[in-house]
Amino acid sequence: MTDTVPRIVGTRELNRLVVRFAGDSGDGMQLTGDRFTSASALFGNDLATLPEFPAEIRAPQGTLAGVSAFQVQVSDHDITTPGDAPNVLVAMNPAALRKELMHLEFGGTVIVNQDAFVERNLTKAGYDADPLDDGSLDNYTLFKVPMTTITKEVCKDLGVKPRDAERSKNFFALGLLSWLYSRPAQPTLDWISAKFKRQQMIADANTAAFKAGMAFGETAELFDFTYEVKPAALAPGTYTNVNGNTALSWGLVAASQQAKVPLFLGSYPITPASDILHELSQRKNFGVRTLQAEDEIAAVCAALGASFGGHLGITTTSGPGIALKGETIGLAVSLELPLLVINIQRGGPSTGLPTKTESADLMQAMYGRHGESPVPIVAAYSPSQCFFAAIEAARIALKYRTPVILLSDGYLANGSEPWLLPDVSTLPDLTVEFATGPNHTKDDGTEVFWPYLRDPETKARPWAVPGTPGLTHRIGGIEKEDGTGNINYEADNHGYMVKLREERVAHIANDIPPTMLDGDTGDADLLVLGWGSTWGAITSAVMRARAEGRKVAHAHVTHLNPLPRDLGDIVRRYPKVLVPEMNLGQFCRIIRAEFLVDAQSVCKVEGIPFTAAELHSHINGVLDD
Amino acid sequence: MTDVPTTTKADWTSDQEVRWCPGCGDYSILTAVQMLMPELNVRREDTVFVSGIGCAARFPYYMNTYGMHGIHGRAPALATGLAMARPELHVWVVGGDGDMLSIGGNHLLHALRRNVNLNILLFNNQIYGLTKGQYSPTSEIGKVTKSTPAGSIDEPFNPVSVAIGAEASFVARTHDMDRQHMMDMFRRAHDFPGASFVEVFQNCNVFNDGAFGAITKKDKRASMLIPLEHGQPIRFGENDENGVVINPQGSAEVVNVADVGESALLVHDETRQDPSLAFALSRLSAGPFEPTPIGVYRAVERSEYAGEASKQLALAQEQSGPGDLEALLHSRPTWEVS
Ligand SMILES: Cc1ncc(C[n+]2csc(CCOP(=O)(O)OP(=O)(O)O)c2C)c(N)n1
Ligand code: SF4
Ligand SMILES: [Mg+2]
Repeated sequence: MTDTVPRIVGTRELNRLVVRFAGDSGDGMQLTGDRFTSASALFGNDLATLPEFPAEIRAPQGTLAGVSAFQVQVSDHDITTPGDAPNVLVAMNPAALRKELMHLEFGGTVIVNQDAFVERNLTKAGYDADPLDDGSLDNYTLFKVPMTTITKEVCKDLGVKPRDAERSKNFFALGLLSWLYSRPAQPTLDWISAKFKRQQMIADANTAAFKAGMAFGETAELFDFTYEVKPAALAPGTYTNVNGNTALSWGLVAASQQAKVPLFLGSYPITPASDILHELSQRKNFGVRTLQAEDEIAAVCAALGASFGGHLGITTTSGPGIALKGETIGLAVSLELPLLVINIQRGGPSTGLPTKTESADLMQAMYGRHGESPVPIVAAYSPSQCFFAAIEAARIALKYRTPVILLSDGYLANGSEPWLLPDVSTLPDLTVEFATGPNHTKDDGTEVFWPYLRDPETKARPWAVPGTPGLTHRIGGIEKEDGTGNINYEADNHGYMVKLREERVAHIANDIPPTMLDGDTGDADLLVLGWGSTWGAITSAVMRARAEGRKVAHAHVTHLNPLPRDLGDIVRRYPKVLVPEMNLGQFCRIIRAEFLVDAQSVCKVEGIPFTAAELHSHINGVLDD
Repeated sequence: MTDVPTTTKADWTSDQEVRWCPGCGDYSILTAVQMLMPELNVRREDTVFVSGIGCAARFPYYMNTYGMHGIHGRAPALATGLAMARPELHVWVVGGDGDMLSIGGNHLLHALRRNVNLNILLFNNQIYGLTKGQYSPTSEIGKVTKSTPAGSIDEPFNPVSVAIGAEASFVARTHDMDRQHMMDMFRRAHDFPGASFVEVFQNCNVFNDGAFGAITKKDKRASMLIPLEHGQPIRFGENDENGVVINPQGSAEVVNVADVGESALLVHDETRQDPSLAFALSRLSAGPFEPTPIGVYRAVERSEYAGEASKQLALAQEQSGPGDLEALLHSRPTWEVS
């Protein structure tokens, strides 16, 4: 820091900015990215995030395996993805630079913590020579900043131990980036003092580091310009920044409130679903009961037991947990009780890529049970939309007395975006009616209760909860007679019940919204058909193709079983159908089987979402084919 | 609360045809339960029987109460959710030795550990009945069955030891030949707040006939069953000539009262916090061919899980008021766009 008089620096306006923060797992990069995001959200930008962290909690320090990254796109207009290639890479150590540089746009900006580029770290990252000096970064704009040194320096008089002071260097980086991109400082300063209110010294160190980062930008004569991304012209209203797991948890609470049925969550911790258990465990004042069960089987069984008792039974997990729950979901199909089974998908099979995203459990949701065991499936498509997807899944479960599978994934779960908060008075009324008295008169005139006598419209059986006088009955997984619910092993009866259960689910198609069709370009040459978290990338890619004059339509399916009634017409309307998926073409196979169209699959199963650029080029490829 | 109507055994008997093999011990257990229910001062509609799969697990169909016949091994988990959702209900769990100690062993352990207010009845016939006679986790070593033609080679579980080891707060044992004793044990299980575990020696007359005959036949009981009575010295035998002491090594041991003197006998204390004496009693017999204690091994009250969970809910509502969805959605930083 050579002088203390603020320099005059010009400000340039950007329409959008993609920053990628990368460092060692212990460097606090997720937090840094999250704070940069929050400040941008409060500033009024539209944004989308992509956190990426290693599966190991603390991989060996300084190694490639230990690199944790957080990408965020902020913009002055509506966006749907965390961006293709970052414009800026913040690398806290050599491993982060080596691992993440490939993502950076050509000519992009690299900001490194120069202090970390010492021989030991370079060796750990696999560098033979120091990349800061050997010319290998000549195609980028490189800023070498001694982040650790300055942070230690400014913390010197605060009484913090040097080791602890060093840990504040991520706030230095945040301060520098906040200055460079004109992010408001106050939200971060407020957050620090709230978060560390019981650890004053840490609060002071982080504050000092953050301010030093801002001051460094202003005074160091490295940067000729600051940049600004103006607020986005979003629809008017109140916004909050939300990730998918939080929105989903809140949607579950909302469903319980709207149904006036208490929420019961049975869950066993698993990445990336655990945060729903954490969030709901804090909602006890909403009457939410949570059980951290001994395993996934117990978790879903407890949820089903609670449903029998008149609660909205919910279980949350990821793919491996769903595999364990299969038998119980089958029981729920047979018992015809409401049950919500939520799968936050991750890379498989087996432990696979537990912290990475994938959407390869669709066939498991459709068919991953024994016997003919149809289950409605709802899929969320953006972080904030997880809220509504949760309500919709609960609505179907409660109204039709059936287990419902709700699919989200790691990308939606951890990714965040600004959310225009809904007016809670506009949420659907999910009130359920419990059985209160006999529903059948026997030939001899006696009034009795038949547990499998159905509502003619919904084909749902009565929900008669223990404690209700006059309705005592037994249910079980053995095949039963319709109406009475008595055990029945007859061949004809089984055939009848199998078809009935299939029809019960198929019938729900009458009660789901039509397919989401973005800009019904009836004369489009290509339909891009998606489901789940590919929505953001498809939306951006289609917009880019249209901007080039291409005629492309985008349909997005939220109800995967049963499919919307209009979907057949839609997929037959266009000469070409392209189905991007983060699996090997599972939905595409369903579309081909159901509608006999020559849909083409484009797959990415690499643990990271499609970028809009990738899909854009696929779209052009298919159109030029 | 209005009075519970007077009922008879018939009121608790469902209209379903009972489908156990003629002569099966499950019949007498069913009768004992159906005869007990009118004495418990509870309503049929507040009573739920939950089971897994197996012969024993057919039990709920025969009770004129609410019931759920679940899946193999998972009854304690199903019942945990029900009991948490509806703590005011009387929830019974019924299953066999395979159901609750093999496939569902883990759920049993955790239901006991959590102390969920369930009355868990384990019908131990030392065999897989429903699947036609394979050995079970309680079968004795050397058991020859269709799946173990050369004899089983694995050590059996002692269900009472397992329960005590799983932190169970109420543990009892009874047998299907003594209706009154069964009724007494089931009543105690019902009255106990928390998880109650009752092992019932049950004869499978088709696949493991007479497994307990050496100790439960009428003429054997006096010499082979050791009644545990709270506050009483543990004695048994035709003329109460035998007793139980804790030997210097800390194990329970059968002795001749005349040899040691009455005052040396172990006085049974079912309320003793430390489970080691109850455990020692559970190890007294190596199987149903040696004198075996029956009765309540342990009844130590501690906080019940569903009740504690409800208390946390009530406390949260007291502290933060009833949930307000609008406020929840606005609980993180928000900003306005106009
Ligand atoms: C998941 C599953 N695996 C296996 C079975 C087959 N099965 C049914 S009952 C049973 C064992 C029953 O033995 P036990 O629990 O001792 O009950 P019992 O019939 O002796 O009363 C088995 C293996 C099943 N129904 N479900
Ligand atoms: S097989 Fe055994 S346990 Fe099952 S009903 Fe027959 S006698 Fe009873
Ligand atoms: Mg058995």
